[in-house]
Amino acid sequence: MRALEYTRATSTEQAISTHARTEATAFLAGGTTLLDLVKLDIMQPDRVVDVHTLALNQVETLSDGRTRIGAMVTNTQLAHHPRIREQYAVLSQALLSGATTQLRNKATTAGNVMQRVRCNYFRDGVSACNKRVPGSGCAAIGGHNRSVHAVLGTSDQCIATHPSDMCVAMAAIGATVEVQGPSGKREIDFLDFHLLPGSTPWKEHALGPDELITHLTLNAPLGNSKSGYLKLRDRASYQFALASSAVILVMDGQVIREARIALGGVGTKPWRALEAERALRGATATPEHFAKAAAIALQGAKPYAHNAYKIPLAKQAIVRNLMVTGTGAIA
Amino acid sequence: MTEPTGKNSPDSDSPGQLLTELTTPSRRHFLRTIGISGMAAATAPVWAQAAQLEAPVDDSEKPLAKGEQRITLKVNGQPHTLNVPGNAVLLDVLRDRLKLTGTKKGCDHGQCGACTLHINGIAVNSCLSLAAMHQGDEITTIEGLEHDGQLHPIQEAFWAHDAFQCGYCTSGQMMTAAAIIKDPNIGADDASVREAMSGNICRCGAYKNILAAVQDARSKIQGAS
Repeated sequence: MRALEYTRATSTEQAISTHARTEATAFLAGGTTLLDLVKLDIMQPDRVVDVHTLALNQVETLSDGRTRIGAMVTNTQLAHHPRIREQYAVLSQALLSGATTQLRNKATTAGNVMQRVRCNYFRDGVSACNKRVPGSGCAAIGGHNRSVHAVLGTSDQCIATHPSDMCVAMAAIGATVEVQGPSGKREIDFLDFHLLPGSTPWKEHALGPDELITHLTLNAPLGNSKSGYLKLRDRASYQFALASSAVILVMDGQVIREARIALGGVGTKPWRALEAERALRGATATPEHFAKAAAIALQGAKPYAHNAYKIPLAKQAIVRNLMVTGTGAIA
Repeated sequence: MTEPTGKNSPDSDSPGQLLTELTTPSRRHFLRTIGISGMAAATAPVWAQAAQLEAPVDDSEKPLAKGEQRITLKVNGQPHTLNVPGNAVLLDVLRDRLKLTGTKKGCDHGQCGACTLHINGIAVNSCLSLAAMHQGDEITTIEGLEHDGQLHPIQEAFWAHDAFQCGYCTSGQMMTAAAIIKDPNIGADDASVREAMSGNICRCGAYKNILAAVQDARSKIQGAS
């Protein structure tokens, strides 16, 4: 493992100013992504600023009904927080479907947002990868692209999925990313935070230089809503999604008043399916309507050599989740 | 009680040596280093006490080398003062500097769970922590799981249920198990235990007996309280 200078931050401001001193500085929170990738020499910081003990560890209910989550709240703490379990079940379920007991105990909310892709060509350190070495190409496009490669939001430069489950739930709920940098604080809409690879796949998020995520603020829960997260994967635990769906429904008898749908395992970023939601508003909760919405959600999907199966799988993840969440029945 | 098989023991050269080996110091040392020593504490308290008897490491008189910083780590109740480089990983410091080799290095990337220990009572992978991150924390390793020569119920249950073969993953399995059985957020049913233990990989495939051991320890703890 490369040599590192370690500094523990005593305040958010001090963390940011320390981070700004050299370009090759990384914020260190849980360490579950950063230290893994430093050991592989994929991420190459000279210095780490440990922010895990900063006082960003609260879950607060704001007066407007939103829920403000400190960046350093662990995935375990967030999943089991009473308000999250009761008002944002989809988020609790998504968190608990990810990683393992030990990793969730370390991993933080902001760190989960910032986790890197699981593409083997990114992680192997030698293959062509535009994220790792801009301009070197994408070995995944013509290579083995079955499990952690996307069918939505891809480009001819990168097709890796965003691996988070938590972020899929947050995309469905709607959230604001609060960040702080050398020139002050600002807010970024969660759906604008992760960037599509396009022609610059090494740019993965909307953070500016030396900016630190301080909070994730969830939109107020929809009144009388039901929600659920469904994750489909190669084994029952401790595996990234092949396809997953987060759904939130407000029902009025058999009629859908409001719908939120987001997808994981199939997009290059946490994927909100806005048009599919529109198709459901005012519709009755039937398998036919759910299937139509699922088809709309996957309309622009582009399969690669080994992942065409993800298109029907993602549709099934949507339909089944809507059926279970909306009607209690299994499609 | 039965002994675990010694077939995969590094100091087992031939099957013929197996029986004598079971009582030799090297075998004992092996058991101690895989963290099962405490299981025999009732008959050999010296093994169980070994970790606690080791003197604290104190680097405070040593000059700091370039890139090093001085940290204090509290492990199993014992504070140690250490000069460590910034990139020193908690797992490696425990094993190489403090000689607490019960915590195992498996994948070194947070994927296998062999390095699981407790930070302030919470199970984490020690391979994905820098040592300096844990100044001020209460670190508990497998060597600190027993108390006053009394095995933790999880250790007793792993022994009774033969919940291991080679033993390499065992200390990590037991540390996760000891944490989850007291966690009110984790269900007591078999499916919840399997899910909660899924970050601990056992290449020998002792999962069935591991699950039995965890559930047995749970019922013993509940029966005692």
